Amino acid sequence: MTANILELSGISRSYSTRQGLFGKRVPVRAVDDVSLSLQEGQTLALVGESGSGKSTTGRIALGLERPNSGHVLFRGSELPPADTPAWRRMRAQMQMIYQDPLAALDRRLPILDQTREPLDIHDVGPASERNDKALAMLDAVGLNAGHAASLPSQLSGGQRQRAVLARALIMKPSLLVCDEPVSALDVSIQAQVVNLLMDLQRDLQLSLLFISHDLKVVRQVSQRMAVMYLGRIVEYGETRLLLSNSVHPYTRALISAVPVAGRRTRERIILTGEPPNPAARPAGCAFHPRCPIARSECANVSPAFTTLPDGRSVACHAVDGHPPIEEVGV
Amino acid sequence: MGNLAGCATGYVFPAAPAPQPLLVIEGMTVDFNGVRVLRGIDLTLARGEALGIVGESGSGKSVTWLAALGLLPRSATVSGSVRLDGEEMLGAAASRLDRIRGGRVAMIFQDPSSALNPVLRIGRQIGEVLARHHGVSGSNIRAEAKRLFDLVGLPDAARRFDAYPHELSGGQNQRVMIAMALAGKPDVLVADEPTTALDATIQAQILDLLTTIRRETGMALVLISHDLGVVSETCDRIIVMYTGSVVETAPADAIFASPRHPYTQGLLAALPPFEGALHRLVPIEGQVPDPTNLPPGCAFAPRCPKRLAVCEEAVPPLAQPENGRFSACIAATVQPARLSLKLNTSVLA
Repeated sequence: MTANILELSGISRSYSTRQGLFGKRVPVRAVDDVSLSLQEGQTLALVGESGSGKSTTGRIALGLERPNSGHVLFRGSELPPADTPAWRRMRAQMQMIYQDPLAALDRRLPILDQTREPLDIHDVGPASERNDKALAMLDAVGLNAGHAASLPSQLSGGQRQRAVLARALIMKPSLLVCDEPVSALDVSIQAQVVNLLMDLQRDLQLSLLFISHDLKVVRQVSQRMAVMYLGRIVEYGETRLLLSNSVHPYTRALISAVPVAGRRTRERIILTGEPPNPAARPAGCAFHPRCPIARSECANVSPAFTTLPDGRSVACHAVDGHPPIEEVGV
Repeated sequence: MGNLAGCATGYVFPAAPAPQPLLVIEGMTVDFNGVRVLRGIDLTLARGEALGIVGESGSGKSVTWLAALGLLPRSATVSGSVRLDGEEMLGAAASRLDRIRGGRVAMIFQDPSSALNPVLRIGRQIGEVLARHHGVSGSNIRAEAKRLFDLVGLPDAARRFDAYPHELSGGQNQRVMIAMALAGKPDVLVADEPTTALDATIQAQILDLLTTIRRETGMALVLISHDLGVVSETCDRIIVMYTGSVVETAPADAIFASPRHPYTQGLLAALPPFEGALHRLVPIEGQVPDPTNLPPGCAFAPRCPKRLAVCEEAVPPLAQPENGRFSACIAATVQPARLSLKLNTSVLA
């Protein structure tokens, strides 16, 4: 068994927010007791809707946020506190890319300068060689010298995301956290970037924490996935298993909501209601107000994680000790 | 067409345009500051039809409908013809357009919270539509609004009436937008990426709602989307656009089973599959050309794996190779096109 590059154990993060202008401060649990592990060279996908805590989990993994409780282990050692020299050294091995490349790039700096900037900051190698290194990295993501001299506004969306990738990868990180990296791109360009990401992962032995709401892309890139709802993981296991035979009713609804080209006659599970407000988390299982198979206990008791024989874990009362497939009828 | 088997009221989309289509767009072009972004669009919309418009950014899929409804800024030059029940809409007087827009033709947009006025209560905004188009006033507004909120599945209608947009979620705001659109009892609802800003489970709710309302009211739906999956599950007929032109039109089932235009084939091949074996994605190489610098022939030719020499010289016309299907491709008529699934090894080429 390969070693875990990243381990989150029991992490929680809450923020406090005011209800109304003079209202009481109430804690919002963005991430609640999340444990995940990512194996070296593999891809773990974090899936969920807005407010599910998937982006916060990604930021905690990089040490950009401190968890209120729980531990983050990178290659077996705990992350040093943010903004310390030790953290900065470790951060060089962990990079992040975001959904909107234009917002992530400096609009007034040519692509080449932005790509070499991390080398300057971390003082890597002789200054005279940094431009060549940056150009080589840009070449590896499919951008030429002409692109290197351009400003972000002169590039297309796909090219900008390539530039963001080059900048993140120039430090030769071993872990890349991708927060919705292809969601803003057109279909034909999305395929280019997904392929590029997978090629780079293979060539550079990257481990990816892939945050996305797009299950089609998740199926393409990840070996394992975790489905989050209101800050908690509801189902976690091999992507192949979860997508072909999901057990948690929320995972089932998410999968059924994926619009597939050329398919019309399918019965879709339409969840009623809205994703609830993290500041007003329902008691018991957070999903119970929208759950098609909720029982009385679901409203009071938060379900514990059960590990099924196929290795996945799931938090649902309806699954406890029962054969899941008959139980979760729709 | 088997896709209509499950359709409750059985709108049968005719293979040939109906004798009197509801809406006809002919030869419509749009120029922004001398740059042509829409290069001659012809399309018809039948009564009660669900028409999907698919394309990537810059394809002109939104501009087509903004231009048809006279919603583009003055810097845009629009020409051609848009007829609603035979009545010309392009160049019509503002007073006449005001009666049509929000009345017979309604439009909803991607981001509902920016389409609503943030400082006005929901009730006042929907009341404005009711007062303007139906002369409803006073307490009748509240009653009619409640009926519309019920229709779009917005619970607790009375409280929503007095709420501000920020007090509602994105999905609820989109339901308010749909309710406002339905207030005018439209013959056509144009929905421009109505679910793109929404979460997956809410997207499913809204698409389901649009389909239900269309079947109940018999209005036509124009669904503009970049997502082939979204239009596939909602629409009877699909129009694929590229760089301001229609490249293919076909019934939904046919276009996914046997796409004719190489661009449509490329789009479908680029989608990650959700069933069956995983394979490396097949992207369309290159990128969408700049509208100021379009190639002289077929705009897709530089990215097309099937291009012939002639493709780089002449713009292919939208031809009808079989009944009800149109494709603007010279190569496809020379050699019957097949969905190319050969794996491309280089992504960086």
